[in-house]
Order: sequence, then C-alpha cells, then structure tokens
Amino acid sequence: MPGLPVVFSAMAAVSPTLEARTVPRWVRSTLWFLLIVAVLVLVWEAYKFIWTQLEWTWPVRPINRSMPHTWDIVSAMFRPARRGGEDILLVILAEAALFTLREAVLGFVIGGVFGFLLAVVFVRSPLAERSLMPYVVASQTVPIIAVAPMVVLWAGRNDWPQWVAVAFIASYLTFFPVTINTLRGLQSPDPTATELMRSYAARPGQVLRKLQVPAALPYIFTALKISATASVIGSIIGELPAGFPDGLGRVLLNFASTFSTSPEKLFATVFMSAVAGIVFVAAVSLAERVVVRSRPEVFAGDMLTPDEGRAG
Amino acid sequence: MSAVEIRGVGKTFGRGAGVVEALQNINLSIETGEFVSLIGPSGCGKSTLLRLVGDLLAPSTGTLTVGGKTPHAAREDRDYGMVFQKATLLDWRTVRRNVELPLEIMGIDGEERQSRAAEMLALVGLSEFAGHYPWQLSGGMQQRVAIARALSFEPSLLLMDEPFGALDEMTREAMQDELLRIWERTKRTVIFVTHSIPEAVFLSQRVAVMSRRPGRISRVVDVGLPYPRDEDTREDQGFYDKITEVREALREHE
Repeated sequence: MPGLPVVFSAMAAVSPTLEARTVPRWVRSTLWFLLIVAVLVLVWEAYKFIWTQLEWTWPVRPINRSMPHTWDIVSAMFRPARRGGEDILLVILAEAALFTLREAVLGFVIGGVFGFLLAVVFVRSPLAERSLMPYVVASQTVPIIAVAPMVVLWAGRNDWPQWVAVAFIASYLTFFPVTINTLRGLQSPDPTATELMRSYAARPGQVLRKLQVPAALPYIFTALKISATASVIGSIIGELPAGFPDGLGRVLLNFASTFSTSPEKLFATVFMSAVAGIVFVAAVSLAERVVVRSRPEVFAGDMLTPDEGRAG
Repeated sequence: MSAVEIRGVGKTFGRGAGVVEALQNINLSIETGEFVSLIGPSGCGKSTLLRLVGDLLAPSTGTLTVGGKTPHAAREDRDYGMVFQKATLLDWRTVRRNVELPLEIMGIDGEERQSRAAEMLALVGLSEFAGHYPWQLSGGMQQRVAIARALSFEPSLLLMDEPFGALDEMTREAMQDELLRIWERTKRTVIFVTHSIPEAVFLSQRVAVMSRRPGRISRVVDVGLPYPRDEDTREDQGFYDKITEVREALREHE
C-alpha cells in the first residue's frame, strides 16, 4: 500500500504552512478540503486494490461493476450520457443540479420563514407551544415520500408550476430544524436580560427585535445549515412523483436502473448531488459570517490579547 | 413624599403543600435621594423584596408605592434603573450601543442617544472603551457599563442586586468609591442588596437587616457616617462600630 504513507507525509509537509497566519483562511480551508478529497479517493482505490489482491468479497466486491474506479467516474462525466447524445454527462448533471437547487432554495426560504414565524408564535405563547408542538414533531415522522404525491397533485389542480410544488415538499423538511433551533435561541437570553428589558417597559416586539432575535442568530444559522442540506434532499425526493425529467431526482432514478451496466453514471450523479448540497451550505455559512459579525470566533483575527483587553 | 413606601408586604411562592413564605410583613419607607442597603443571609428574600419594588414580581399581601405611584406605573414611567450581579451586557453590541439600549427602547433619537451615552461613559470612566465589545472588558469594567446603562435614562430610583458580588475585593472597593461619587453627583435614590456587611455600612445611610424563614426586616441600622466617604472612612472607628452593630443584628436573628 504505497499510497497512504505518501499522504501522511504530505499532510505533515503541508500543515505548518496551513497554520501560518499569513495564509488566508479560505485558502487553508480549500487546501484541507482538497486533501480530504484526495484521502477519500485513495481509501476507495486502496480498498479495491487490497480486496482484489486478497480476493475478499465482504462487504462489497471490489469489481468495477459495483465500485468503478474514481477516474472512470470522472471520465464518464466528460462523455455523452447516452449513446448518440450530444451533451456530456457533466452538463446534464449540472443543469439538473441547478434545476434542483432552484427548488431547494425556494423550499428553504418558504420553510425558513414559516419555521421562524412558528418559533416566534411559540415563544410568545407557551399555550400554543404546548398544544401545537406535538403536531410539529409528528409532521416529521410522516414519510415525505407519502406527502410528495399529494402536494404534486394539489399543485397540479391549482395550475402551479411543478417545481414550486417540489419547493413546498422541500419546505416540509426545512421548517422543522428552524422552528426547534429558533425557539431554543429565542429562549436563550439570560433571565436577568429579560428582567432588564421589563424594567425598561419594553414592548414584546422590542424584546424580540433587540434581545431575542439577535441572541438566537447563532442558533438560527445552525438550523439553516441543516435545512440547506435537507431542502436539497427534499427537492430530490419531491421530484420523483412529480415525474418531470429536469431535476437530479429523475436523473438518479434513471441511472439507478442502469447501475449494473454503467455504475459510474450513478456515482457521478451522487457526487453532483453532494456538490449541490455543499454549495448551498457554503452560501449559508458565508451569510452567517456577514450577519453574525461580532462573535468572538469571527473577530479572533484582530482580537485584543487578554492583557490589552482586560486593562483597567 | 417618600421615594418608596412598603407597607405590610408579604410574598409567598408556590401553592398547597409546597408553599414557601419568602417575605412577611415588610415595612420600610425610603426618602428621596436616600441610599439604603438590604442585607441578610442568602434566602432571606432581599432580592425578592427588590424585585417587588421594581415590579418584576407582585406582592402577595400589602402595598408598595414608588413616588406615590404603583410599582407598575413607576415601571411604565421608566423610574427604575436596574443593575444585577451579572452585568448582562448584550455581546453583539459595543459598549456604547449597550448604554444606548434603554434609550433606543424609549424612542430617543440617535443624536441625543449618542450624547447621553458619551456622558454616561465619561461618568463611569470608560469613554475610551466605547467601541469595545463586552467580552473585551474585565468584570469590573462590565459592571461599570451596566451602571452607565442604568443611569442613561435618568431613572429616579436605582435598584442594585449584589452588583459587586462577583468582583474581587480590590475591584469591589474601587467600585464602591465610584458608586458613591456617582450617587453624590446624581442624587438618585438607591436600594442596594448585598451580603457584605462592610459594603452595606460603607455605602449606605441606612442598612435594613433581614432575617430568614420567613424573610423579615429585623432591624434598621442608621449608619450616620459623614459623606464623602473614602479610604479614611474604611479605617475609621465609627465604621467598625457600625459593622459590629450590623453583624450583631444579623446574629441575633439566626
């Protein structure tokens, strides 16, 4: 196994530079990301190599029809997806991913807004929380695959575009983490902070705007990151009963049916779905950095040393 | 007219078998501009009494008036400046914006807010830290910001709940000096909750000694030491005598 030692020495060689303060943060995280991709590729190929040499078959046979080589997956992306087809697989997948992301973003926004408003209602009315929360929890135990066809059907009767119907299906998965985390965040201020606001005779709306929502922001962004990935999954699942060929859902279904003859296409689609999710989460993280500015972690770069900060 | 009138006030928590009588038959009258401390062992209800005055809790029996009004009306009129043991600054706001918080809530416009915040930060000696975030300040500095914030809207009554309880001894004495200096300048009525006998004696004109189970005011000690009080006061025989008097009053009702 010649691969792994090389990786470890590469990590050792790279890490001092990575820790150096002169290297910008995004460069460092990109390098780490690429390094991890390289390690995963190596583990995959090493598994195939070792299992083939030792003729092991458990848990997965290392043959190309179930575990194609990583380079075969990459090269499949640059060949036409169908015999005689014009577009290469990568273009088809990118278009499908963009289509699915559009649904996911709308679903994310609908679910996020609804989830936030629900949390505000719950924090203002414990009665509403007690009586409605069980249904909110129960809603998430209903398989989305059962809800999806209904929503598609209803949307069809009302002449809504199908991708909007799929967005609503995605929002069904999105709102839940937002509600739970936002509620926790809105309740997070210290009791004395609440007493302080009361002593100013602050109106409930002011307490919400000036104290509870700012305190909840880190919680909300944690939820939004979960929701970003959940909305991509929700969109893909929602596309299945919708039966239109544009999104990742149908592409996944097609390539799953031809898995035994060309598995690399399904793996390429899985890879593209993951990329779509990662791009979405990265966008949310970026928004978090802009919005939640004054947090110590974000300020760590130009923070005072403890001595300077505690002067006086 | 007295600043605070407490007449026959009692407070119970809970119901049925779990009922706890926190305060019983409290009577106290505080003059405008007066500095009064509430002292007692933990669990004697001194913080509860402060919260009753500040309309954060409602009394079970008896009546309270603040400047002739109900506590609720006084709170609506923004008569209370509160300082707790925790500074409770909002860490996403700078020091200046923390001091401005009550002014924002009261709808005071931006320019006025800024000049008042600047004035208050100068009063507590933190002008150069206006742009800092709370987590960049020491505990004592954070508490000074909390005092500046409580004074920013010129409340008539300052309610302080063990504000220096979490500070080290040196910082604590410096903060006491500073609080007296601010009190002499602003002439607010102050109710100060503490469990430190020297602190209560050093700061106050009168010390209300409380005992527990149920919480009652067992004695009110007139301190009678002249202001301004300073380092010499801390070494004065009269200061020690008063400390002894308060300590004995506390022990009598153990």
